[in-house]
Amino acid sequence: MTPPSTAERMTRLLALVPYLTARPDGVRLADAAADFGVTEAQLRRDLDLLWVCGLPGHGPGDLIDLAFEGDRVRITFTAGMVRPLRLSTDEAVALIVALRTLLELPGLAEGEAVSRALAKVSAAAGHPAEVRAPVAISVGARAQSLAVVREGVERRRALHLHYYVPSRDERTERTVDPMRLLLVDGHWYLEAWCRRAEGVRLFRLDRIDEVAVLDEPAAPPPQAHERDLDDGLYQPGEEEPQVRLRLARTARWIADYYPVEEQTEVSDPPGGLAVTVRTSDLSWARRLVASLGGAATVDEPVELAAQVAADARAALARYAD
Amino acid sequence: MAAKRAERLVNLVIALLGTRQYVSAAKIRTIVPGYEPDDGTDRADEAFKRMFERDKAELREIGVPLETGRTSAFDTEDGYRIARADYELPEITLTGEEAAAVGLALRLWQSAQLAGAAQGALVKLRAAGVAVDQSRGLSIQPRLDAGEPAFEPCYAAARDRRALTFDYRRPDEQSATRRRVQPWGLVAWHGRWYLVGHDLDRQAARVFRLSRVTGTPRASGPAGAFEPPADLDLASVVAGSERREEQLVIVRARPGTAIGLRRHATPLGAADDGDDRLELRTTEPWALADELAAYGPDVLVEAPQRMREAVVARLSELASLGERA
Repeated sequence: MTPPSTAERMTRLLALVPYLTARPDGVRLADAAADFGVTEAQLRRDLDLLWVCGLPGHGPGDLIDLAFEGDRVRITFTAGMVRPLRLSTDEAVALIVALRTLLELPGLAEGEAVSRALAKVSAAAGHPAEVRAPVAISVGARAQSLAVVREGVERRRALHLHYYVPSRDERTERTVDPMRLLLVDGHWYLEAWCRRAEGVRLFRLDRIDEVAVLDEPAAPPPQAHERDLDDGLYQPGEEEPQVRLRLARTARWIADYYPVEEQTEVSDPPGGLAVTVRTSDLSWARRLVASLGGAATVDEPVELAAQVAADARAALARYAD
Repeated sequence: MAAKRAERLVNLVIALLGTRQYVSAAKIRTIVPGYEPDDGTDRADEAFKRMFERDKAELREIGVPLETGRTSAFDTEDGYRIARADYELPEITLTGEEAAAVGLALRLWQSAQLAGAAQGALVKLRAAGVAVDQSRGLSIQPRLDAGEPAFEPCYAAARDRRALTFDYRRPDEQSATRRRVQPWGLVAWHGRWYLVGHDLDRQAARVFRLSRVTGTPRASGPAGAFEPPADLDLASVVAGSERREEQLVIVRARPGTAIGLRRHATPLGAADDGDDRLELRTTEPWALADELAAYGPDVLVEAPQRMREAVVARLSELASLGERA
């Protein structure tokens, strides 16, 4: 699905002549390179290659001809490659699913333009689009704050949030400098510099209870970097303390759901899994263990088990009254 | 890829687009530069055949509709051509707003599995004269596939409509079981990926959490082996499989605590001990019992009795954790 470089380059080579055909006045090399997502040097190599290609016979009048004028290029002979190749099924799916996902977003001002684009793209995609797209994305409808957050991101304004922090069961108020919006596995996140925590934080939009765009500009400090998300949303530091849990069979899903550092099959409990998670937030670990109702036991740290047990005894005392 | 090969492939496309006749492999060898010339040796013939086979496969892989056939009854072997109407992207004209929507939509895939395909679509639309500007608009970045190695093989099988076999481990089962499915599609629903399809052994529609698929799913049999239901709505199949009867639960929460619970609760006023009474609705009572137990002494379940017992049972388990450690 991710095209290897061969397919990627062929797709580009077959698209370049039509691209130039559609721009008869010529185009700046730098702009064309940006449009194809390659460097200018790569674009020149591609054009050099096309220049020696053409119709059978390969005489001077048969070859693709380009005119370079300063930093611009235009096409003077296409050798019959006037239109780009139709969309592949994967390309049609990527485009159609993405447009449908946009349509589902609450508070999207461009809704009508998206619908019209979807209709036109589906028509142009022809056969592959008739295949019902085998991917659907259902975005949580609770993200009502999306429109406001998006406004802050786009107008580069600071935001004031009332944010629910589940690990501490707190509603917090904070001012943040938005950096970007992320859609990760169906949940929206705002990545922003949090002035209170003095760090970059991810805020799940369905946990934002109130949000307002402030007049002041968003000014994330120079040390605010977007996180590389290749290893998942939450990347604990190596210096963070380890929490070692033993999961009963019914709680093994924890290993799918949280960034588990190590996991080992164990027979106590039967069919169980020993996992190691790193977190500096012991209240998070406490809630996690407590929410598993005994399906997880704590090997380390010892005080975590003691705290959970003490809470449970206090609760049981209330039921006994 | 080697420049020579790319050049040969471009020349091959131009040559076959420019003809209505089927062109034989022998003819292609003479008119398209870059093939092993015919010097009468078997070695050169073999080399040409290998190159040509690879080139055909490559072009088909990127979606070039390479046709095989004979122009007349007098042809002694199959030839090749590309029908222009099948090759070319139809006319598409988008207004500035519509093009901006496309640019925005394609950003959704920036770092996801279909990112390469999205980039290909973008290149083709731009080549068709659509000015897609991605610099404006939403700074949205999605990761639609994070940590789901099963995504790609499941997607490919659903796209090609081939049967799929995989090992699936439910959390309450000790070991994975082999499932055979006609995959209809993949859905991201409430933040998780699901595979929806027809389970061939159970003869019914089933929903599978991708994260519970173990190992690499394998497709088998021919493409186009089945048809998903005509009125299929992938998301509603998943929603339906998760839908259960709603239950009402009444709890007491100490003032200022259980903030998360209150976000989904209807307040019923104060109880005689000063706690707040809250009404909750749930379709997943066991998950709610887990959540209620996690609040410890801050929350007390009033009703129904079954929920009270479920929470007490969890608390009793938790209370013994300290002793075991």
